[in-house]
Amino acid sequence: MTHPFALSLPQALLRGDGLSQLIDLVAVLLLALGIKGLSKVRSARAANGLAALAMGLAVVGLLLQIRPDPQAWLWIAIGTALGGLAGLVTAQRVPMTAMPETVALFNGCGGMASLLVAIGVALFDGQASDTVALVSIAISVFVGAITFTGSIVAMAKLQGWLDTPGWTQSQVRHVVNIALAITCLVGSVLLLADPSGLPLWLLVVSASLLGVGVTLPIGGADMPVVISLLNSYSGVAAAAAGFVVGSQLLIVAGAMVGAAGLILTQVMCTAMNRSLVSVLFGGALGATGGGGESAGGAADYSRITSCSPEECAMALEGAERVVFVPGYGLAVAQAQHALRELAKLLEAHGVEVTYAIHPVAGRMPGHMNVLLAEADVPYEQLVEMEAINPEFPRTDVVIVLGANDVVNPQAKTDPTSPLYGMPVLEVDQARQVFVVKRSLGAGYAGIANALFELPQTAMVFGDAKAVLNGLLSELREMGVGKAAPAKGGAAPRQPVAA
Amino acid sequence: MSSLSQALWVLLLGSLLGLELIGKVPPTLHTPLMSGANAISGITVLASLTLIQKAHGNQALLVIGALSLGFALYNVIGGFLVTDRMLAMFRRR
Repeated sequence: MTHPFALSLPQALLRGDGLSQLIDLVAVLLLALGIKGLSKVRSARAANGLAALAMGLAVVGLLLQIRPDPQAWLWIAIGTALGGLAGLVTAQRVPMTAMPETVALFNGCGGMASLLVAIGVALFDGQASDTVALVSIAISVFVGAITFTGSIVAMAKLQGWLDTPGWTQSQVRHVVNIALAITCLVGSVLLLADPSGLPLWLLVVSASLLGVGVTLPIGGADMPVVISLLNSYSGVAAAAAGFVVGSQLLIVAGAMVGAAGLILTQVMCTAMNRSLVSVLFGGALGATGGGGESAGGAADYSRITSCSPEECAMALEGAERVVFVPGYGLAVAQAQHALRELAKLLEAHGVEVTYAIHPVAGRMPGHMNVLLAEADVPYEQLVEMEAINPEFPRTDVVIVLGANDVVNPQAKTDPTSPLYGMPVLEVDQARQVFVVKRSLGAGYAGIANALFELPQTAMVFGDAKAVLNGLLSELREMGVGKAAPAKGGAAPRQPVAA
Repeated sequence: MSSLSQALWVLLLGSLLGLELIGKVPPTLHTPLMSGANAISGITVLASLTLIQKAHGNQALLVIGALSLGFALYNVIGGFLVTDRMLAMFRRR
């Protein structure tokens, strides 16, 4: 790395092992094509395979280049067996509803890998390293440790293992985090002089604590943004590890993932009308956020109408156009299959059924798509926010299933609301709205929802799955979905235009 | 790595490529894309392999390298498989 003059690319290709250099180039090309293909529905699955192939190629190319000795092979086999097996089992066992947590866990492990590489090099090769390598080690340790602890905290919060402690919402956290950041900086500078001693561990510990310190205060709806940002960090950590071991392929791939993660993070922030700065430093919206619906502080409501599944079923029976709005509550209740069954029954009855997908519904963008796809909901019936909002005025019944903040009309009307300006699903335009919810607790953002008090809104309290099954049995009792006309000459509804 | 400046060029161009590749993505694909990109970030396997090779018999370094390889491969294999599971559900009917 201390070479004073850069080699031109052809020279770089000719020197060293030509074949593995060529393989690296092909791998980079395939990785780029893979990421690009992942952004289109039609090509996404093939693109994922392409990226996996590229990864395999890169590993083969490297093995050709370094030609491990038998002892190295043994340890490679051990590492491969452990990680590969664990990955295989996790990927097959994890339920679709736990996708965000799973991505966070994988992401943390990627960060841990970069952290370990940097520690290894610092401990045993540090004295021989030049300044560039040492700076790379410091960055790799710093980013790797933050990625690891941050991702694990994010996973624990999504799993409900961790709440948002009250003290993290006070200004004290900024003091703590700034102190930790300064400690990291001091550790990094000292590390340049003494790579394998105390400064390394100072940096490891303070960066790990910083990862916890910056993730713990963030709650609720902001969690997807945090995971996306941590995903970007793991790319940066990989690129830094690339500088440490001197691998261009690692630098390119890490940089691509880092940049792509930033773009995705920005897209998510835009969808929530939040700036990245306010997500990272603003703390959780509301005082108690982070605990989910049940843990959120009960907001004050005065004009709530609640109704039984039976009344809701009657409204559905008479509707021509029904829109379902899924949210995190649907995922928690694992109610996607019950929902699909209800939709099928209504369709057989001639009702037009669609699903309104808010970009940040659930705990990750696309969370609802994945969930509903698991229940075999046809892809065409999932309608995105911009497309469905103009349709609400001609919708007879909207059923909100465990979604809250993404349907709050105050985001449009009340400039004092913390949600003001966030694009929402305009379900208040529909003729009738049923909100299926476990309690009147506030949503993840911890604020009251004006939708619940509108005259056309009725609350159906209960777990989403239980309510949906209740609706199913009520509708079946009414004779909905049977081939023959139900009763009193009521012919089965034809899907004619309203 | 032949030089620092070359490495920095690679970093710059790789970042620009990443910014361009993910311009417009339908929200449907955000989770699979995040998961797929996450699997790619497990490319740290290359660093782990290099570390194991560079250990030259140093037992402690071999263990650290193998651990790091395990974590990275967990990310890679788990990530690609989970992404595939998600995308398999997006087939059109």
